[in-house]
Amino acid sequence: MTSRDEPSASSSKGWLQNIYATHMKRKKSMQNRVLTVQLSLLLLFFIWWEAAGRFKWIDVLLFSYPTKIFANIWDNMISGELWGHLGVTVGETVVGFLLGTLVGTLMAVLIWWSPFLNKVLDPYMVVFNSMPKVALGPIFIVMFGAGFTAIVVTTLSITVIVTTLVVYNSFNEVDSNLIKVVRTFGGTKRQVFQRVILPASYPAIVSTLKVNVGMAWVGVIVGEFLVAKSGLGYLIMYGFQVFNFTLVLSSLLIIAVVATAMYQIVVYIERKLLTHR
Amino acid sequence: MVPVVELNDIAHVYVTDREASLAVEGIHLKVEPGEFISLVGPSGCGKTTILSVIAGLLAPSKGAAYVNGKPVNGPSPEVGYMLQQDYLFPWRTIMDNALIGLELTERLNPQSRSVVGNLLREMGLGESGNLYPAQLSGGMRQRVALVRTLATDPGLLLLDEPFSALDYQTKLQLEDLIVETLKERGKTAILVTHDLSEAIAMSDRVILLNRNPGRVHRLFDIPDNIRRAQPFFARKEPGFNELFHEIWGEMQTIGKE
Repeated sequence: MTSRDEPSASSSKGWLQNIYATHMKRKKSMQNRVLTVQLSLLLLFFIWWEAAGRFKWIDVLLFSYPTKIFANIWDNMISGELWGHLGVTVGETVVGFLLGTLVGTLMAVLIWWSPFLNKVLDPYMVVFNSMPKVALGPIFIVMFGAGFTAIVVTTLSITVIVTTLVVYNSFNEVDSNLIKVVRTFGGTKRQVFQRVILPASYPAIVSTLKVNVGMAWVGVIVGEFLVAKSGLGYLIMYGFQVFNFTLVLSSLLIIAVVATAMYQIVVYIERKLLTHR
Repeated sequence: MVPVVELNDIAHVYVTDREASLAVEGIHLKVEPGEFISLVGPSGCGKTTILSVIAGLLAPSKGAAYVNGKPVNGPSPEVGYMLQQDYLFPWRTIMDNALIGLELTERLNPQSRSVVGNLLREMGLGESGNLYPAQLSGGMRQRVALVRTLATDPGLLLLDEPFSALDYQTKLQLEDLIVETLKERGKTAILVTHDLSEAIAMSDRVILLNRNPGRVHRLFDIPDNIRRAQPFFARKEPGFNELFHEIWGEMQTIGKE
C-alpha cells in the first residue's frame, strides 16, 4: 500500500480516530445498559419471590423462597452432601454430551462415505428419531443396570440421531466447487473429507454441540429420575417424594448454573475454532 | 512432437432420472506444446464438459483423451485446473491455500514451499501469505488461485472462465498477467470463455463450438501481430475488429439454428 502525503492527512487521521472512539464508547455504554437491566431484572425477581414467600402471598411449601434455598444449598455444600450428587450428574452429562456429538458425527461420516448405507439406514433413523426416547429408559436400565451406563445411553438415544442428521446435512451442503479443487489435484475421497468436508463443517458441528448441551441435561435428569440412587435428578425426585420443594428448587438452581457454565465453555470453543470465518 | 492434448472422437452423455442427453459429440482436438487455445460458443455447447474430460474429472461416454500421449484416467498433476471463481478455502491462510496441491500430491517440502513463496511474491502477494481469503480483494484472490494451480508445476493449464467473477479492470490486468506467466514458463493452456474479445486477445487459436449437441463448428487462427501483443494492446492491433466481427457473425448463425 502506498499513500501520498496530503496536507489534510494528519488532521483527517485524528478525525477518524475520533469517530472510532465515539463508536466504541457508544457500543460500551449499550453493553453496560443491557447488563444493568439484566441484573436488575434478576434481582427484582428474587426480591419479589422472597417477599411473596415471607408474606405468604404464595404457598411456601410449594414455592419456597430464595434465602431458604440458598441456605439449603449452603448447608449441603458444607456437609459435603452436594458434591457427590453434583459430581455424578456433571460426569454423566459431560460424557453423554461429548459421546453423543462424537458418535453422531462418526455416524454422519459413515453415511457420507457410503450413500448406499445412507439410503438403507434412512427410514430407521427417521423412525427412531420420532420415537419418544425417554420411553426407552426402562429398557436401558434392564440392559445396563441401574447406574451410570444406563443414564449415558439414555442421553445418547436423545442426542445421537439428531447430531447425525444435522452434521450429515452440513457435509452435503459444502460447496461442490471446493471439492472440485481437491479433485483436480487428484485428491482421494479421504483427502476430500479431511481437507474440505470436515473443516467446512466445523460450524455445524459446534452448533450441534450447543444443542447437545441442553439435550444431554434432559437425558441425564430423566435417566436419574428413573434410576434414582444419586445425582441432582435423584435429589429432585427425592425432594418431591418427601415434599421438600426447597430441595427441588435448590437442585434446579444448581442445574441452571452448571448448564450455563457448560454452554459458555462451548461458546468459548466456538470462538477459538471459528476465527477467520 | 507429441501433442499435449489429443481428443479422439469424444462424445459424452449426461444421464439423469428423466433422460439421457447428449452433451458433446465427435470432438477432435490437438493442442501443440506451448499453444494457447480458446473454446468459445453459445451456452450449452459443452465447453466445460470438454475441459472436465481433459482434466480427468469426467470419463467420456465414447472416444479417447490423451494428455502428453498417455490416455487420461483420472486427474493428474500434469494438468492444472482453474475454476470460474477462486474457491479458496476460507479456513486456510493464503500460503496454505497456495500449498494445497503440493500437500495433496505429497510433494510438500522446504524447497517446494519456497518456490510457492516466490510465486506469491511475483504475483504481488508477498505480504499476504499469512492473511485469510476474506481479507483479500477478488483480483488478489484469483491471483492466489493462479499460484495454487501453478504450484504443482503442471505442463497444461485448463482455464474455465477464470475472469467471469471479476470487474472489467481487474479482468484486463489478470489477462495480461496470465498470458505473460504462461508464456514465460512455456505452459500450454486451454481457455473456456464467453468473452469473444478475451479469447482473441489471449490465444493462438480460437475454436468455435456449436450446440445441441456440442461439436466443433470452426477453427480460427489468430494472426501473428495480435498473438504477439499483450492481450490489453492486442485489442488495438489492426485486424482485431475484423476477426471479432467474423467470429461474432458465425456465432449469430449458430444461435439462429
